Parts: sequence; structure tokens; C-alpha cells
Amino acid sequence: MSGGPTDRLAAETAYATGPALSVKAILWRRFLEHRLALASLFVLLALALAVIAAPLVEALLGLDANLVDLFSRFQPPSAAHPLGTDEIGRDLLLRLLYGGRVSLLVGLATALFAALIGTALGLLAGYYGGPVDAVLMRLVDGVIALPLLPLLIVLAAVDLGKLGLPEALAGSENISLYRIVGLIVLVGWTTVARLVRGATLTMRTREFVRAAEGLGAGAPRIMLVHILPNVVSPIIVATTLSVGNIILLESVLSFLGLGIQPPIPSWGNMLTNAQELIWSAPHLAIYPGLLIFVTVIAFNFLGDGLQDALDPRAIHQKK
Amino acid sequence: MSRFIIQRCAESLLVLAVMSFVIYGLIGLMPGDPIDIMVSSDPNLTPADGARLRALYGLDQPIAVRYWRWLTAALSGDLGYSRLHARPVLEILLPRLGNTLVLMGLSFALALAIALPAGIVAAVRPRSALDNLINIIAFAGISVPPFWLAILLIMLFAVTLGWLPAGGMGEAGGGLASRIEHLILPLVALTLATVGGILRFVRAAMMEALRQDFIRTARAKGVSRARVVLGHALRNAMIPVATILALNFGALFSGALITETLFGWLGMGKTIFDAIMGNDYNLALVGLLFATATTLLANLAADMAYAWLDPRISYR
Repeated sequence: MSGGPTDRLAAETAYATGPALSVKAILWRRFLEHRLALASLFVLLALALAVIAAPLVEALLGLDANLVDLFSRFQPPSAAHPLGTDEIGRDLLLRLLYGGRVSLLVGLATALFAALIGTALGLLAGYYGGPVDAVLMRLVDGVIALPLLPLLIVLAAVDLGKLGLPEALAGSENISLYRIVGLIVLVGWTTVARLVRGATLTMRTREFVRAAEGLGAGAPRIMLVHILPNVVSPIIVATTLSVGNIILLESVLSFLGLGIQPPIPSWGNMLTNAQELIWSAPHLAIYPGLLIFVTVIAFNFLGDGLQDALDPRAIHQKK
Repeated sequence: MSRFIIQRCAESLLVLAVMSFVIYGLIGLMPGDPIDIMVSSDPNLTPADGARLRALYGLDQPIAVRYWRWLTAALSGDLGYSRLHARPVLEILLPRLGNTLVLMGLSFALALAIALPAGIVAAVRPRSALDNLINIIAFAGISVPPFWLAILLIMLFAVTLGWLPAGGMGEAGGGLASRIEHLILPLVALTLATVGGILRFVRAAMMEALRQDFIRTARAKGVSRARVVLGHALRNAMIPVATILALNFGALFSGALITETLFGWLGMGKTIFDAIMGNDYNLALVGLLFATATTLLANLAADMAYAWLDPRISYR
């Protein structure tokens, strides 16, 4: 890695097209070239708008998302229920929208927390090296080496009351939400930590870092002001890609009955009964899974597009 | 080299020992311990009886003491009884480990047979129409929820078309033919869930290898394109691929848990899941340790493969 991504980028582009564009404009232009990433961005924005508007849709349809009506189970799509109703008569469209809120929120929040922790630990390991680095990297190796799903299932089954958590929190309705975020952060910080540690290692010996040290800057200032801005692109790419994986993991755990607990809907727990429903109401088994699939693939394409735009090596692949 | 192997084995054993304690502790934190279940299912038992039973079985001791007792018993071959099956834990786990290895092994071979050629073809002509298609399919593979894919397969092949059974291990007395018939759908589901990731590794590693200077040298010397791709580049690309594949064993195990649970395939994953759900502590504990041990073994194999495949690396 000689020369930061940005100055190399600028040099290459100046050579190819003349010196008219700023680095930001070049990155944006490269991102636009990745048509799937661009389409994915629109899909995700549309999904976000739709789930944000869930209460509005609820009001417009004059329905209650949680209203159980056993007289109108398994209704086909109609004006009153645009996508029909589920096995206990709740409106499917509204459930999908509210479930999407939860699934997207869990995905984004968890990815963000995991990235924060991973960045902090990666900076520490890369900057200090030595025993700090050795311990943290062994920990990363250890977490990666384990069969995650079976262990997450055990962790999800642990009785929080026995852990000494206050009853008010352990028994609260949203506990399954906090818990799944916590669980996935626990295993999800490793990718970013490893990337940031690697990038920090190469940055640590660069002249500008040396210069800052010579001028008397303290370790926190060097890490946050001088190194962090230079390792931001791999963090962005890895975090975007991790959102998809987190949504998948959440859906698997919720599907198995160990993630988000009803009555809070999530796309995963809407499929818990799907295996029985394929005989009676296949569409109930299709829509939530389709939304998970579309969301996850959109985040993956988006991450891929960002990687192409931010990684200078991607240029060579194109030509 | 041998020192390196010994060191890595020692490390793996240490991780296994730590994990056994962690899992032991976690299992103790799960809801509904055996005494509670016994007391609540028998109206003649009072809470005082429960406390007496707890003292009798040593369950009132601190966790370190209990763990030590379990460990010494386990190391002398006594892994306990399964609550759900009322049989020794090992008697249940060993045949199921076999079932899992059949499913995972075949799926792994099938995924490789698809991913290797597809990844090579894609990497040879990056950004071509074929590469884009393969890339999109790979992305779809890593983005689809594995349990939902399994449900779709059941819906199509078992419910709508009626070609294959929806789950189970085979008809009683059906023999090998029935077993194979029941294996097809889980095998396809697990393979589809894992092939995308492997394909992307192969493609990236091949692209990286084809970018090296020695490839250009070989071409300049007049070596044929096919020989350069399959000889020079592939050999070098296999180093990271082999490592990543072995490191991904844990992910394959996770995929197998979902597939087995959905198709009723009696493997380790389903056994662990059912044991956790059914408060079968001994079975869950030993099953999880088996899963951890096999994954650590695969990681060890990855390190060996790395050293063996790449003569430039020496661990002294």
C-alpha cells in the first residue's frame, strides 16, 4: 500500500480524464457505474420508506396490525386486506411492514454497534501491538473458529433471570430485541476488528503518524484523528456487507423461536409456522422470506458497489 | 514444522477446555432445570423435597465444583444420560455424527464441484456477461435465508410435484434407496446455501492469482492459456481457498443445523437443537462440545493445509 487510496486515485484519474473532478465526485461516479448497487440503494430506500410509513398504511386501511380475528383467517387478498390475512386473521401487509421495521432496525443497529466495537478494538490492537494485539487477535480467531449457530441458540435460550438481570428488564416486552442485538454484536465485531487492525498496522509506521508523534500528540489523538480517517473505507464496506448477514442471522434465530419473540413481528418469526402453512396457505410462507432475500441481497450488492468505488485495486479488475 | 503442529494442537485443546467450561456454565443458566421439572410435574413433591434432591445430586455446589466433577467423569468416559432418549449420550450422538458427516461431506463435495469450475470461468473473463451472471447467482446464494430456501424446496418438490419426501430419514425397511431418496432435498438445500460463498472465494482468489507477474511471464514464454489458468493460477489460488474452506467448517455446521431441523434429518445439528429445546442438558452439552471439537479440528487441518500447500511458508 504505497500512497493512500485517495492520492493514488486522484493521480490515476487525472491521468485518464484530466484534473477536473474532486475525489468525492470520482467515488460517486464509480459507485454509479455499479448498476446493481445503485438499484439496490433505491430498493432499500423504498423499503425504508414503506416500513416507516407503516402506521400511515395502518390508518389508511382502518385496521389494527395486532388485531386477532379468528373469523377471517387465511383470507385471500381483497380491498380490506391487500395481501390477505394470516393464520389468526391479522393483516399480512401490515405485519410485513411492522416486521420489516424490526428486521431492518435490528440489522442496522447491530451492524453499527459491532462496527463501533470492532473499530475500537482493531485500533487498539493495531496501534499498541504486542500482548494487546496477541490477546485480541486470539480472541478473534477463537470466535471465528466456533460453530456459531449452535452456540447462539444456547445463548438465546439462557434464562436472563438466572443471570441476575432485574425482573423489570428481563420480563419486559422488548427484551428479545435487545437480546438479539447483544448476541449478534457479541460474535459480529470480529470482521471489522480484523480489518481495522490490519489497516492500522500499515498506517502506524507512515510518516504523518510519525510526525504527529514527534509533535507530541497522545495515543488517543493519533488513533482517532490521524489513523481512523484513513481506515474508514474498509469499515464502511464491511459494515454494509454485515447488515445483510445480521438480518439473515436474526431471521434464522427468530424462525427457530429464539430471536424476536411474538407479539413483536419480524420477518423471521413470521415464518416460524411456515412449514405447516405450506399445505394450507403457501403465500404466508413466501412473502416474509422474499422480503428477507431482497433486503439481504440489496445490502450485499450495495456493499459490493461501495467496495468497487472505495478500493483502488478494483480499477485494475475493470480494465 | 512438528513444533508448529504441537503448538497448534495445544492451542486447540486449550480453546476446547475453555469452551467446555463456558458451555457448561451456559447450560446451567437455561430455564427449567431437571429438579424444577421433576417438582412441577409431581404434585407429591414439595419445594423442600426439591432442595433435598438438589443437595443429594450436588446441584447446590458452586459451579467450579460441579464442572470439575462433570469433567473428571467425562474424561473417564461417563458422559451422562440423555433425558429425552433415556439412553447414554454417546449411544445417541455417535450414529448422528455419522448422519451429519454424510450430509455435510456430500454437500461439500457437490458445492466444490459447482463452485470450482464456475469460479474459474468467472475469473478468467472478469466483467463478461457470464461472469456477471455467475456473480449474481453467487450473491443470490449467500443472500437467501437457508431455512426459507428449504421450505421453498419442500413446497415445490414434495408438495406440488410430489417427487420427493418432505423429510425424515427413510421408510422403515426401505433400505439404501429410501435413505438416498430422503437425502436428496436436504443435500440440495444445504449445497445451495453454501455454494455461493465458496464460489465467491474461488473467483476472488483466481482473479488475484491471475493478476500476478509470473502469470504474465508464463504467457510471454508461450505457455498456453489453459495451462496458465489451470496449472499456474489455480495452484496458487487453491492456497487461500483451501484455508477459507476449512475455516468455514463452522458455517457449514450452522447450515447443517438448519437443514437437518427442517428436513428431520437425524444429525448433530438437529440433535443439539432438540436437546436445548427439550431441556436435555447432558445431550446438549456433549453435542455442543462435539460440534466445537470437530470445528477446531477442521481449523487445525486448515493450518496444516496452508503450510503444506505453500512451500514459501515455513513455521520452523
